[in-house]
Amino acid sequence: MATEARTEAAPIGKTWQRPGFVPLTGLGLVLALLLWLFYNLYLHPADFFQVLLIGVTLGALYGVVALGYTLVYGILELINFAHGDVFMLGGMISATFMTEVFGLHNNPSIGYLIPVLLATLAVAMVGCGLINVTVERIAYKPLRGAPRLAPLITAIGASFILQNVGLVWKGSGYTSVPYIIRRSSNVFSVAGVTYPWFRFIVILLVVPLLLGLVYLVQATRQGKAMRAVAQDKDAAAMMGINVNRTISFTFLIAGLLAGAAGLIYVTYETEIRFDQGFQLGLIAFTCAVFGGIGNLPGAVLGALVIGLIQAFNEGLTWHSPGSTWTESIVFSILILILVFRPEGLLGERTPEGG
Amino acid sequence: MPGVQLGIGDAWWRGLEAAGLSHARWRSLPQPIRRAVVLGAIGLLALVVMAPLNGFDAAAYVAFAVLVLVLVPSWKKVPVVGKAIVPLLVLGVFAGYPYYAAKLFTMPILGPFPGMNTMVDIAVFGMMAVGLNMVVGYCGLLDLGYVAFYAIGAYSAAWFASPQFSSHFINWGAPDGAIGIGVRGFHVSIWALLIVAAVFTAIAGVVIGLPTLRLRGDYLAIVTLGFGEILPQVARNGQSLFNTGFNLTNGPQGINPVDPPGFGNGLSSLTGGILPANFTTDVDTLNIYFYTGIGLLLITLFCSIRLRDSRLGRAWIAIREDEVAAAAMGVPLMRTKTWAYASGAFFGGIAGAFYASFKGGVFPDDFYFNISVFILCMVILGGMGNVWGVLLGATVLTYLNFEGLGNIGGWLNQHLPAGPHHIDLPLYSFGIYGLVIVIIMLFRPQGLIPSARRKAELERGVHDEPLYDVEAA
Repeated sequence: MATEARTEAAPIGKTWQRPGFVPLTGLGLVLALLLWLFYNLYLHPADFFQVLLIGVTLGALYGVVALGYTLVYGILELINFAHGDVFMLGGMISATFMTEVFGLHNNPSIGYLIPVLLATLAVAMVGCGLINVTVERIAYKPLRGAPRLAPLITAIGASFILQNVGLVWKGSGYTSVPYIIRRSSNVFSVAGVTYPWFRFIVILLVVPLLLGLVYLVQATRQGKAMRAVAQDKDAAAMMGINVNRTISFTFLIAGLLAGAAGLIYVTYETEIRFDQGFQLGLIAFTCAVFGGIGNLPGAVLGALVIGLIQAFNEGLTWHSPGSTWTESIVFSILILILVFRPEGLLGERTPEGG
Repeated sequence: MPGVQLGIGDAWWRGLEAAGLSHARWRSLPQPIRRAVVLGAIGLLALVVMAPLNGFDAAAYVAFAVLVLVLVPSWKKVPVVGKAIVPLLVLGVFAGYPYYAAKLFTMPILGPFPGMNTMVDIAVFGMMAVGLNMVVGYCGLLDLGYVAFYAIGAYSAAWFASPQFSSHFINWGAPDGAIGIGVRGFHVSIWALLIVAAVFTAIAGVVIGLPTLRLRGDYLAIVTLGFGEILPQVARNGQSLFNTGFNLTNGPQGINPVDPPGFGNGLSSLTGGILPANFTTDVDTLNIYFYTGIGLLLITLFCSIRLRDSRLGRAWIAIREDEVAAAAMGVPLMRTKTWAYASGAFFGGIAGAFYASFKGGVFPDDFYFNISVFILCMVILGGMGNVWGVLLGATVLTYLNFEGLGNIGGWLNQHLPAGPHHIDLPLYSFGIYGLVIVIIMLFRPQGLIPSARRKAELERGVHDEPLYDVEAA
């Protein structure tokens, strides 16, 4: 409003507007970040590219979780706090299946690994999909007409319940899985920059998932229904779309993604604990907000940026805060985005967000 | 209406109607009689079901008589002092607690009544819950990072009443005998620090609130959550900020020891020993902490109620009910919300400072996100917006957290058929709180003791009801 007043007062014909304090500060922060990155690149180029690759891998993983948040937010405007914990349960389901049902050991042969991985993926996805739909049925659906904060509060409750399901099931320690790929086998190793297979497999699993999701949302009837419900529930209902079923379907898809992410995470990190889902869920939510919540490509873009920032923070040597500060940095970014650009990178400015 | 209708209530009344007691007839009976009947039924049930299990003694009957005396008569109808009687009776029951606690009976399943340590915890968490209630209950802003304020309060007390900054030595009113020989650092009286911590925390509330309060409800929730995650991490990593070697928080070890409260030898001998010179060296340390906690809680309650009825408090409630309408009526949104935040933070700061002094140390592991949800759970369980409900929620949950769950777990392990499993109930406490949150939000969103206004809001859905909608006759 203040800017409008200023343009009115300005002499006619003068179109250039002095940028306000908030955008300038934001720009300054981004510039400082870029300067820091370039100086690090100048100091140790090989390390820089190595870290960059780790960041892309992390980002791909975060992207799958972030998509679950953004799908649900897009359709219900609800932050599904329980999503991170569904993801954690997905990791536990995968760990159980790989070690106890299929008896996987360190560095299995590729002919054995691929079917086991695909079967576990299917089990984890279906399991998490069902968990997510159940949570929606019990904790969110009865509160459709309630004040907005009510389902948000039950979401926190559901998150704690799921965490404790994991705690009861696996105890308070780490559940570990074997290395599925020898850590030393690389996809490529050029001029000191190596990219091992155990990282590349994350990308290999994520890309088909993303393509499948894009196909589902853009090209199928059910996807069209999802987009319609996200836009306007009443109008969608009048067009004959079963709104409740579409919402449940969205939760199912989000759960499927969480299950897949759980498997990917557990094979990448080789261990999972009951409280890791919530932490990673918050980071993934930050990614979704960064990209513009409700916006699917935005979630992936945001996840890549956050993954890169995390990797740079933990991997670069020149004046980086280090891994003990990762969460603080990610949440500071969340706060800064919400203050400077609440609509995110790709989102549209909405009256509520701004 | 939100929430789920179970249908148990309907079946219940249909059954009673067959026996000649319809719902309408029941409602027409005077309230004291209805309360007496309900309490009598509960008492009878306890006698028939619980006594054989547990064996009540005389103390149980006395406790029940006190309960009847407080709850049954319509004390509010007594002229002039009517409104104050029930709170005073409850206060009396609490104030006398140290004297009769040892004589109380053992509760079935729950075991003995809470010890004095837990009673101090109840007072502290009660303060925090009442503080959070100002933000969540009155103003309707979901704050998921209340633990940040608790942490700021605790650390600001610890900085100025501990050997932390040992390059300086200042003694401003620390109780006699609290500072060891040769110990350096700031040592300011805890009484002054309660105020300092509260002001610090309130300022932090404003700083956190100013950029974020213009965001919509759920965005605000996530931002507060973010602050609630950042501050404990700063506390954990703060033994050498930015590699400068400046030790702000002493890292994971925390700041330890923090000076106890006390009035000093002078004041103590002047009042004939009523005011203790030093809380920790006094004969009954825990009782003194308990009374101090109750005193601070009373101040918090008083401020909370007076604030609620003030112009500012009514503005908060207006914002909670309909932000747009409130803005249209001339309520300055940002300023009012910031005040809600600052007031909630203020009391969180007092509670944190007092707790730091009570525990004699501040440890970063006390400030996890779980604590924020724990306090939020008290507010939701008791009834958002109603201080009495919130206090009840705080009492029940704090007791369960510090003693009750352990006792229940012990009882379960004793009475369940012997198996390979040993149930460690306190380990699952947060799952249980999560369950409590979900069940309350689904079946009784107004909480155990609802505020009349909030209940109406939830049941009629003030937000969505069009103004021109005339109810069909």
